[in-house]
Amino acid sequence: MSFEPKILAFCCHHCAYGAADLSGVLRLQYPVNIQIIRVPCSGRVSGEHVLDAFVKGADGVCVAGCLKGNCHYQSGNLRAGKRVEILKNRLADIGIEPERLHMFYVSASMGALFARFMAELVETIRDLGPAFSGQEREGGEQLDSRTS
Amino acid sequence: MILARPKTVSSILALVGGMKSLVVAGCQECVTVCQSGGRKEVSCVAQLLEIAGKKRGFPFKIAQVTVFRQCDNEYLVPLDVLMEKADACISLGCGVGVQFIAERYPTVMVIPGVDTVGGGGTVMSGVWEERCAMCGECILAETTGICPVTRCAKGLLNGPCGGSVDGRCEAGTDLPCAWEMIYHRLKKQGRLDSLTRIRPPKNWAHSGSGAMRKVIREEVMPCLSVLPLK
Amino acid sequence: MSIGPAAKVIEARTGSRLEKVLRAGHFAVTAEIGPPKGADGRRIQQLAALVKDYSDAQNLTDNQTAVVRLCSLAAAVHVLNNGGEPVLQMTTRDRNRIALQSDLLGAASLGVRNVLCLSGDHQRFGNHPEAKGVFDIDSVQLTATVRQMREERLFICGEEIKAPPRVFVGAVENPFAGPVELRVLRLGKKVMAGAEFIQTQVVYDVEGFTRWMEAVCAAGWHKKTFILAGVTPPKSAGALRYMSRIPGMKVPEELIRRMEKASDKLREGQRIALEIINHVRAIAGVSGVHIMAINWEEAVPEIVSMAGLYPRP
Repeated sequence: MSFEPKILAFCCHHCAYGAADLSGVLRLQYPVNIQIIRVPCSGRVSGEHVLDAFVKGADGVCVAGCLKGNCHYQSGNLRAGKRVEILKNRLADIGIEPERLHMFYVSASMGALFARFMAELVETIRDLGPAFSGQEREGGEQLDSRTS
Repeated sequence: MILARPKTVSSILALVGGMKSLVVAGCQECVTVCQSGGRKEVSCVAQLLEIAGKKRGFPFKIAQVTVFRQCDNEYLVPLDVLMEKADACISLGCGVGVQFIAERYPTVMVIPGVDTVGGGGTVMSGVWEERCAMCGECILAETTGICPVTRCAKGLLNGPCGGSVDGRCEAGTDLPCAWEMIYHRLKKQGRLDSLTRIRPPKNWAHSGSGAMRKVIREEVMPCLSVLPLK
Repeated sequence: MSIGPAAKVIEARTGSRLEKVLRAGHFAVTAEIGPPKGADGRRIQQLAALVKDYSDAQNLTDNQTAVVRLCSLAAAVHVLNNGGEPVLQMTTRDRNRIALQSDLLGAASLGVRNVLCLSGDHQRFGNHPEAKGVFDIDSVQLTATVRQMREERLFICGEEIKAPPRVFVGAVENPFAGPVELRVLRLGKKVMAGAEFIQTQVVYDVEGFTRWMEAVCAAGWHKKTFILAGVTPPKSAGALRYMSRIPGMKVPEELIRRMEKASDKLREGQRIALEIINHVRAIAGVSGVHIMAINWEEAVPEIVSMAGLYPRP
């Protein structure tokens, strides 16, 4: 069986979550690998949140916010974008592929784009493989179960 | 505040390779303000270490603590119980904090998690600049509050040098020439004549260039309240 | 240390040839030799032999632009051994007050009779940008130190010097790093500290230099020190453009265009240098020129001759 990545997507209420909703209304499928967490603004997502996702076993993380210039809170999405860049570097520094983390700018009307982006993201992460190897050596916790 | 810059977690990993139990210690003062060693940064460093541990298949056990100040023994007490079982402590405090922790727990390896840069302040969110080299002999009154030791790249006391052009320092075009700034300010204050005074060579013995410095104030040292018995 | 509030113009009679020429009222000519990046002194000796009759003294640069070169003290000795009159350049970037005073004693003991005091280009410009810039004292303090060692026979710490160094002491000034008021103030400070001669940064912007000299003379500093204008013959338009980007240099656009149009670049470069020399000679308060023809020291004899400044007095 092929590996099924676990991906967490922080979606801002105003745009990204709206796009996710719309894709559902349009009956456009995006893979179940994506777990969405709704936040008031992508700028609310801190480094701790993103890293926590990886600590808890995520294979990939996406932070989705409004299109540049359209953030409901002026510049929350820009701040999120900067934060994601720094986090990618910090992850790369400890040996986690920076491609496991993405920043995605989208508007609420772009249901189709949302679905397509998420589908592509799943494949990108699938190609990268699991972020952590299956079982841990002595003394370690079991990772969350995954389709094996 | 004392300015510090985060070290890469990979440089910390290089030192804690075979270890299991780690303490990541932050400080609520300066490093919190310049966002390199406060509670949030402690959390990120701890999480990155945890992720790295998961990846290598041999997880760390990481405790996080952010104390009020690391440069005072009484505030390090919350670390005591955590350090009992620790293989190493990563301190995100400035160099002073790292040393105080190391002195309190001499059997545990203490690793600095930041590079301490100097005495400075906030210019704007995300930008902190050095202002004070802590030379031990402050002459700011004479130089209109602009420090020639930190802000003049050559530390001239009788500047500017010939490389000051359009008010910019030759050592970095984004840096203003400190002596030209001093000149303008002296002019505004009607004190231009002080520029003609030749300042003699600085006494560097007061600075870190001498030996380790101490500040002793006997009047606030503890007094013996009980006379020793014969 | 004691630094006199008003520098006395003293006929030090250091035995310096440069001092003699200047005090006799002649228009002085100094040249510059850049030591090599290796332990071979022969080129210095060759250049000394080449320019010594066309200049009253020859500057030896001190790890210029913070690039490691054969030290100026040793280079000065090479020049002495070849009949020249060295001007020992001393920067405060690489040596603390102990080493500087020590080197001065050493230089004087070997027959060096001229010293030029500078802060020095910042180490970031050189080939060892990670080096610690010393800057224990600055150029003004160094100038005052040399005078104090010579006149009062005292080290910075106040101890007596048995055999004081008898050297003619100079400093540098940049007429183009404005504001003018500050520049003149600074020149004054150097003179007050005891600078007996001043060599300026390279002059291409003659207008700007003239304005600066007017301000200098208005303040009367030209009477208390000898000012030599810096001149560098350009080898190409590219060289001029490169120089225009160096902090503290002002190069007028017309000069660059003139070099671009010239068919014989070297000839044109010498002609430009000659014009500048003639121009500054006519400015009140200018006592000489300092020809910095680094990597083209061969041009010095030609330029000095064309300017009618050969033979030297």
